[in-house]
Amino acid sequence: MNTHRPILSVDGVSKRFSGPYSLLRRLKGEPPLAVHALSNVTLDVERGETLGIVGESGCGKSTLARCMVRLHEADDGAVRFDGTDISNLHGSARRAFNRRVQMIFQDPYGSLNPRMTVQQIIGEALSVHKMRPKADIPARIAELLDLVRLPADAAARYPHEFSGGQRQRIGIARALAVEPEVIVADELVSALDVSVQAQVVNLLLQLQEKLHLTVVFVAHDLRLVRHISHRVVVMYLGQIMEISPADALFSAPRHPYSKALLEAAPELDPGQKNRNVALRGELPSPLNVPPGCPFAGRCPHVFDRCTVERPLLSPRGPGQLAACHLTDFGAAEAAATLPAQPGH
Amino acid sequence: MISLATTTRTVLRGRKLPRSLIGGGLILVISLVMAIWPTLFAPYDPNLFDYNALLAPPSWDHPFGTDSFGRDVLSRVIHAYTIDMQIAIFATVGPFVIGTLVGAFIGYVGGFWEALFGRLVDATVTFPFLVLVIAIVSVLGPGLGNMYVAVGIVGWVFYARLVASEIKVQKRLDYADAGRVMGYTPMRIVFRHLLPNAITPAIVYWMTDMALAILLGSSLGYLGLGAQPPAAEWGVQIADGKNFMNTAWWISVFPGVAIVLTGLGFSLAGDGVAELLRVRR
Repeated sequence: MNTHRPILSVDGVSKRFSGPYSLLRRLKGEPPLAVHALSNVTLDVERGETLGIVGESGCGKSTLARCMVRLHEADDGAVRFDGTDISNLHGSARRAFNRRVQMIFQDPYGSLNPRMTVQQIIGEALSVHKMRPKADIPARIAELLDLVRLPADAAARYPHEFSGGQRQRIGIARALAVEPEVIVADELVSALDVSVQAQVVNLLLQLQEKLHLTVVFVAHDLRLVRHISHRVVVMYLGQIMEISPADALFSAPRHPYSKALLEAAPELDPGQKNRNVALRGELPSPLNVPPGCPFAGRCPHVFDRCTVERPLLSPRGPGQLAACHLTDFGAAEAAATLPAQPGH
Repeated sequence: MISLATTTRTVLRGRKLPRSLIGGGLILVISLVMAIWPTLFAPYDPNLFDYNALLAPPSWDHPFGTDSFGRDVLSRVIHAYTIDMQIAIFATVGPFVIGTLVGAFIGYVGGFWEALFGRLVDATVTFPFLVLVIAIVSVLGPGLGNMYVAVGIVGWVFYARLVASEIKVQKRLDYADAGRVMGYTPMRIVFRHLLPNAITPAIVYWMTDMALAILLGSSLGYLGLGAQPPAAEWGVQIADGKNFMNTAWWISVFPGVAIVLTGLGFSLAGDGVAELLRVRR
């Protein structure tokens, strides 16, 4: 998995959203207020894998997902698809990229045009990208609906006639219509009832296997991410804290923030009450990111260097990267579990 | 427009027509029929002088009475449908179409164009609509054609503002992003996806605007800037009758009733259309 070219690579991407430029700030000669949604994010998505991206709300995970499909343009750095910088794509090349990298959205109520039938929604994707000759489109729509386990008579109906879970499946069918290689799922199930979440997620997993898809799964539900991901990226305040194989992350996180995040996750088993102290303090404002480690203000292991120097992602275990000055954080736990988990 | 066609096809499915639309539509259909074939309904020639029946009160011969030239008021009210329905449509179609297109562009592109448009709106709403139209008609000269031009110059701004603000809301929704991720062109996203979801307020406003256009046309007719005197037009008729209000009320009142009735038809239809086009989530 390490030798060949990643299908999608994010290389030093930063994204800022500027607020209004107030007169006071102009007079003081300061730059406009800007939210640093992503700063210097680097990661690779390997062909065929499921990459989970987790973090609290506001950590930039959705912005990252949107940069990957070019709904946002990166301010610095580049997103490369199959080796090509996607910001250089225009016209038909860009449409070809759009066809190969699709996105599924969070809001099942906003992501489908309420004035189009399911048939029109899927058919439009098919005909714009000329996936099938015109005569074969109805048959293909039926096929796609069957693939996402919706009844064939769904084609003639409108989005408001479906439940949230069904709508997400329509969204999946739309994305699959253009036969993409990569699917970026932004909080695919977070708006759904828990009982429906599993259905939709398992459907996506089955489709991934069947169609050899690469999936980037953005979520804040850790158990869900653990269940489906090969590797997991932990983000905090627009920066990557840790990238680890899912098993390794959950058994021995190598970053204090990952550990805190895992411990904060609700535990279903009432016998396991060995909770450590919850995180103290608030998320710093993304308008004013501290110079050192973004997590320094809340980290229980903080020391002098953390507030001054930003730690870079560096290798820990096999396929494991963390951005922390404490390079042996979690090493003992990792060593204890290593014989049982020989790498990924 | 494709978007309009999809809109109408989309909305009727499995829904009953709202009552207000049936009522309003009925009034408008009757009005339109009278506008197209006034001679079928009018008992007399609207411009025929009858010196034996000057200022005659309503009777079996002249149900709405006659005016100071002995012209039959009923026939004139019926013939006025031709001009007044024309005003309702011609004075509003241009602003509706232009305003919708410009509004879609401004709402989608935003930025500099939006700021520029905002100032234009400010400049327009600063003047009372009627005053602005009168000013333009005074420059162009009186008459119906020039009135349409004047209303068009001012009126599109209101449609554009409505559509632009709706497009601004719609373009931020996920389905618009889904279109972008699909690689659809901005034209397709705006016309096929956003506009059908953004145009409803403009259509409803259009309906009420037609009623307002009739009032405006009548006002200008009354002032002598719209339809010119021998023509049968409700505003002109009301102006004709103003000197006889105490002795022959029927000359002004019946055209007034026609204005109210037609306006009611447009308003009801507007309400009905709003109900019909409401998006169900």
